[in-house]
Amino acid sequence: MIPLDHVLIFSALLFAIGVYGVLARRNGVLILMSVELMLQAVNVNLIAFAVYLSPERFTGQIFAVFVITVAAAEVALGLAILLRIFTNEHTSNVDEVDLLKW
Amino acid sequence: MSVSAEQIIFYIVAAIAVIGALGVVFSGDIVHAALFLVLALLMTAAVFILLSAEFLGIVQILVYGGAVTILIIFALMLTQARQLRQRLTGGQQPFALIAGLVLAGFLIYMTVQSAWPGSTDRITVVPFERFSNELFSVYNVPFEVVSLVLLAALVGAIVIARSED
Repeated sequence: MIPLDHVLIFSALLFAIGVYGVLARRNGVLILMSVELMLQAVNVNLIAFAVYLSPERFTGQIFAVFVITVAAAEVALGLAILLRIFTNEHTSNVDEVDLLKW
Repeated sequence: MSVSAEQIIFYIVAAIAVIGALGVVFSGDIVHAALFLVLALLMTAAVFILLSAEFLGIVQILVYGGAVTILIIFALMLTQARQLRQRLTGGQQPFALIAGLVLAGFLIYMTVQSAWPGSTDRITVVPFERFSNELFSVYNVPFEVVSLVLLAALVGAIVIARSED
């Protein structure tokens, strides 16, 4: 059997790589992709805990279904907003979308 | 302690997923980053199947490998990401690297150090009938609410992204 610690280390690595991607990448679509990575890590964590530590009440698996659903909805909306920004400003770089900055 | 075949498969799958994730955040070409993301998502589905959550693995492949990937690649096409060749990584890269490494170190240290209550070596398979029963009886209200969330997100995305003529 796979030790629980190894699964959690895998999800921690995935999450940290996603955090680096959100902070370092400047294209809006790439930032959304890194957010997807973080959500994957969260799902792995939820399912691992539900399957290893509390199999009688497997709330983690059901939670993961909802995380997948909300993540898909969020990606759709985020990409729609980025498309709108591209139509207006003709740029995908989030550094150049600074009309509201002082 | 002998290493079982499942463990070896998990290490291979996890390594490929981490390589995919590193490709997303470090790749120089944005379409390559999208393809690396597909790799990471499908390997995560494989991890779900290894953890005996097969339904979630299939749902992951359908939703992420099918829909989200297509969404992202269409968005890359419509924002002309490859033609415009804008800068993909900003000046915050060293700070982001430090933040990512510190977070990874902290999470891994706390994980390894914690004493989890219960057996951390055995997977107890949840029968799928129980899973679907609870999803539609106990968690019925969140299920309906999340369908409304999806509907609102889709309508909102169409309203935001459509052209104004």
